[in-house]
Amino acid sequence: MERTAIRRRLTWQVATVAEVRRETGTARTIVLDVPDWPGHLAGQHLDVRLTAPDGYRASRSYSIASAWTGETIELTVEEVPDGEVSPYLVEVLKAGDPLEIRGPVGGWFVWKPGQEGPVQLIGGGSGVVPLRSMLRAAAGSGTPMRLLYSVRRPESVIYVQDLKQLAASDDVDVRLVYTREAPAGEPRVGRIDAELIEQYAFAPEDGATTYVCGPTPFVETVADLLVAAGHDPARVRTERFG
Amino acid sequence: MSEVNYLDGNAAAGALSEVFAVDLTTATGQCNGCGQVAVFAEARLYVDAPGMVARCNGCESVLLRVVRTPDDTYLDLRGLTYLRFPNA
Repeated sequence: MERTAIRRRLTWQVATVAEVRRETGTARTIVLDVPDWPGHLAGQHLDVRLTAPDGYRASRSYSIASAWTGETIELTVEEVPDGEVSPYLVEVLKAGDPLEIRGPVGGWFVWKPGQEGPVQLIGGGSGVVPLRSMLRAAAGSGTPMRLLYSVRRPESVIYVQDLKQLAASDDVDVRLVYTREAPAGEPRVGRIDAELIEQYAFAPEDGATTYVCGPTPFVETVADLLVAAGHDPARVRTERFG
Repeated sequence: MSEVNYLDGNAAAGALSEVFAVDLTTATGQCNGCGQVAVFAEARLYVDAPGMVARCNGCESVLLRVVRTPDDTYLDLRGLTYLRFPNA
């Protein structure tokens, strides 16, 4: 499956927006019908291309938010102020619109069914998007998974209901970390640090594969903390966005 | 935070798939600058430049550049000593 996804020469194709869902004040999930989608691995992404009336084109890479079930695929896009592509996707695009895409791409930041060992997921902001795809893909497989999800404040949490549902499984543990403002009853406000990783992440001897995704400074900090805590750098996979 | 404006090699997967028959992001490459051997997905990717520039995450040397013009694509691989990927 991975091979078919990668070996095929990729071309741009036109998907149709089936549905849009507001996640937070600045993020939206876009459900796409893609006529010729070969399936994807959790963690892969796709490129979106917009063409202006004068022919100017801009493309961006977005993580796929859903696990492949043979039907639609989902993207979750966080609006970047002054961005060339994201404001259109978050504010303008509506159900029924066409959207030019190319994918799936990327074979490194992926979780494969049957992969050995537990899975540690660490996301900052919309870095949770590919991690949600992994949680969905692994749901019911018996793979122990832990998610550390860093957000600014309670209303910044993407996939609130979905995460609650996933966390109901014995195999999945979800821990939210608030950096600016926490909900009532949560005393800790602050970034992920060594103590938090020691307390909530799998230990180095658990043999977990760790996936870290978020803004570049977040990813650098967390990856450094993991290595300092004794985690094998070869088992820490990272994906940065701007 | 604005001084850190790079992505990583993963984000180049789509553009590179137009040029290569294999997934280059999972290939291992050696930097011609410092000799570090790393998976291409872990390289630093700058997309603000004209085209796309991948730099070594050890020494910041340019590994690869892809520039598209309306008619042609330029691929500059001078910063890579080699690329290794499975034959399968």
